[in-house]
Amino acid sequence: MNGITIENLNVWFGDYEDRVDAVKGASFSVPKGGSFGLVGESGSGKSTILRAIMGLFDTWSGKIEVLGETLTHKRDREFYRKVQMVFQDPYASLHPRQSVDQVLSETLSLHGFKDIDARISKLLEDVGLGPAFRFRYPHQLSGGQRQRVAIARALAPEPEILLLDEPTSALDVSVQAEILNLLSDLRAERKLTYLMVSHDLAVVGHLCHDIAVMQLGKIVEVLSIEDMRALQTREDYTRTLLQASMGYELRG
Amino acid sequence: MTKLLDVENLWVKFPTRNGIFDAVRGVSFTLGQERLGIVGESGSGKSMTGRAILRLIRKPGIVTADKMELDGQDLLAMSEKEMRKVRGQRISMIMQDPKFSLNPVMRVGQQIAEAYMLHTNTSKAQAKQKALEMLDAVAIRDPERVYNMFPHEVSGGMGQRIMIAMMLIPDPEIMIADEPTSALDVSVQIQVLEIMDKLVRERGMGLIFISHDLNLVSSFCDRVLIMYAGRVVETLQADKLHDAKHPYTRGLLNSLPRIDNPVERLEVLERDPAWRDEASISGAI
Amino acid sequence: MSINDLPRPTWREWLLTDTPTSRNHARLANMYQAWLAFRGNHMAMFGLGILLFLVFVAALAPWLAPHDPFIQDLGARLQPPGTPGYILGSDSLGRDILSRLIYGSRITLYIVTLVAIVAPLAGLFVGTVAGYAGGWADILLMRITDIFLAFPRLVLALAFVAALGAGIENAVLAISLTAWPPYARIARAETLTIRNTDYIHAIRLQGAGPLRIITKHIWPLCISSLVVRVTLDMAGIILAAAGLGFLGLGAQPPSPEWGAMISEGRKFILDHWWVATMPGLAIFTVSLAFNLLGDGLRDVLDPKEGKS
Repeated sequence: MNGITIENLNVWFGDYEDRVDAVKGASFSVPKGGSFGLVGESGSGKSTILRAIMGLFDTWSGKIEVLGETLTHKRDREFYRKVQMVFQDPYASLHPRQSVDQVLSETLSLHGFKDIDARISKLLEDVGLGPAFRFRYPHQLSGGQRQRVAIARALAPEPEILLLDEPTSALDVSVQAEILNLLSDLRAERKLTYLMVSHDLAVVGHLCHDIAVMQLGKIVEVLSIEDMRALQTREDYTRTLLQASMGYELRG
Repeated sequence: MTKLLDVENLWVKFPTRNGIFDAVRGVSFTLGQERLGIVGESGSGKSMTGRAILRLIRKPGIVTADKMELDGQDLLAMSEKEMRKVRGQRISMIMQDPKFSLNPVMRVGQQIAEAYMLHTNTSKAQAKQKALEMLDAVAIRDPERVYNMFPHEVSGGMGQRIMIAMMLIPDPEIMIADEPTSALDVSVQIQVLEIMDKLVRERGMGLIFISHDLNLVSSFCDRVLIMYAGRVVETLQADKLHDAKHPYTRGLLNSLPRIDNPVERLEVLERDPAWRDEASISGAI
Repeated sequence: MSINDLPRPTWREWLLTDTPTSRNHARLANMYQAWLAFRGNHMAMFGLGILLFLVFVAALAPWLAPHDPFIQDLGARLQPPGTPGYILGSDSLGRDILSRLIYGSRITLYIVTLVAIVAPLAGLFVGTVAGYAGGWADILLMRITDIFLAFPRLVLALAFVAALGAGIENAVLAISLTAWPPYARIARAETLTIRNTDYIHAIRLQGAGPLRIITKHIWPLCISSLVVRVTLDMAGIILAAAGLGFLGLGAQPPSPEWGAMISEGRKFILDHWWVATMPGLAIFTVSLAFNLLGDGLRDVLDPKEGKS
């Protein structure tokens, strides 16, 4: 069974002459327990796919299948127990007036858990934050700590699939390493399926097995990480991206 | 090499409720006609250093230095009025997001032309001609069309190039670029860097390139200062970056995932509290 | 260093900690830090001081007032300020102006409190629902708001009072009915921004419904800007209440409402200035205090300015 299967997905915003097609006929699949990366420059529609899967907007057509179930335009709480998302900017994804404790306990109670206290301690431990962080507010946390809280929130309902929207692009490189290590550990421990979006090929290369390269709403190429590292690409665009991400000189 | 800028023992302090916070602690360096990179993580004081040179630190922040000279002229002793002449005319600054630096209700071409007329005594037609030339110089393909666009109609990369065009009008001696490409896509990044590179070489400008991206800086600049907690912990020739000695620089380099060198686990930087108290290394030559 | 080596924290350290140990501790620490920021603003503290004094005076009116505010003494009518027994003078019926001002503070506080509760709450509710729901609900609610906004405030209040009869309660109702639309607009504008933030998306992704999102996630963020706006509007509300009183449509004689007192005093304003001036000064002082407080609150609660 596949974790996620996308077939001929179209996503658009606006109507009539204002209509913008953000994703055009995208198809790919992520095996259960796999780790898949969507790569592209800004405006390529990569994040839009994640948000369509999560049901954050409903102007889409095509087929989205998650864990063997074909999704309609409505998502219920049961869906959100299985699929969760981590957002790009940890400075924007935590409510500014809610402490870590409030964020996690509300999430847990929404999913009907009873032993909330014990679970919060466990979650904080799992993401590498001690109990000292439990009652802090976002403004008392660093970017990396905030992202850990956001990951803890996503893990709270014990999902099987985690969608990661540029989870480290707002962080310093040393913190990025910590978060990437945490994400690989969590995937190994919890047998999670990852679908990750990033503009940074090195980050995607570190965490994913396969990648899809997107340009202007379309998937131009799907390739394995081994091929990517060996620069075995069919499309010139992929090669341009790869070379550009290796530094200034290498481009020649 | 001529010394364009000479900074010695620069401090930037902010009084807070819990005492004085030192954002920059005793930084010294010189800048010639070269590309000098300043690398550090958020909070390392790299942006503060750039702003302090232009005396753009807002109250209640305090800037002190033993020496801060532009071609032998003391920047700290200048009046605010003299300083305004330095900013823009002799030292230009490019920020991360061009959207905030352009006037949203004025066509970009007009903004460039206006800046030109402010600095020189020319007619409107001449200024427009010059603005078009400037747009052309920063590799904008269709200057006539871009001239008539509003800032919200241009993409991030183009906006950044327009900013650079505007900064170049008075022919400054020094350009300070604070994360000029972090908001841009990789392919656009390279274009913007190429333009800055060309300008430094052709006009003999000094460039201070502030960034968090070690790889980018080492491949683009001539020299690199690595900042940590308000101090310079190491200075390097950019091409020798991978021979860096300081554990912080090494840690930063190793914590980056690499396409050509996959690892199972990334190295995590262990911060040694002693780094904070080491003396700042001079970046003067 | 182990925990035992550390000295026991003082109250101040306990409140300023970055590592609170319980929910209540976190909340208290947060409040204390906001108070510290507020305390730094001297003008706001001055405003707060005046308002606390007003509350004090209103609470202890029977003990503070030298005379009964209603007892007339025609023999001592229109005494100038400084007359023994009548520090601020007396009015045309020989009532002590100071005592009437002291009792009037109760009415002022009563009006202010009621309006400050009714109008922002109505505005908050309408604005957030419209902003979050969008579509038809938004259009409908905002057009109703527009209609109320289009009426001149005092005229609409006049119409209400005329329809419902004169009196303090009706004056409060009338003022509230004209005061809520701006709050609805603010709340809607804030909601439109908040609605599309990642933290609201995040809670939606936990399966939270609109009611929970509006009340638990959007309201707490709108309230601070509304509180600021209410304090800044308070001066206008006091003046509107005074205006209604002055026109004879608010508090009725012999009630010592400040606006009504000015109204009574206008007959003698040329020869006996103090009768109208004293309540005028009182209105001025309280309005100013609210404005100063509002400015200070904005610095503390509205993080858009200041910082960074």
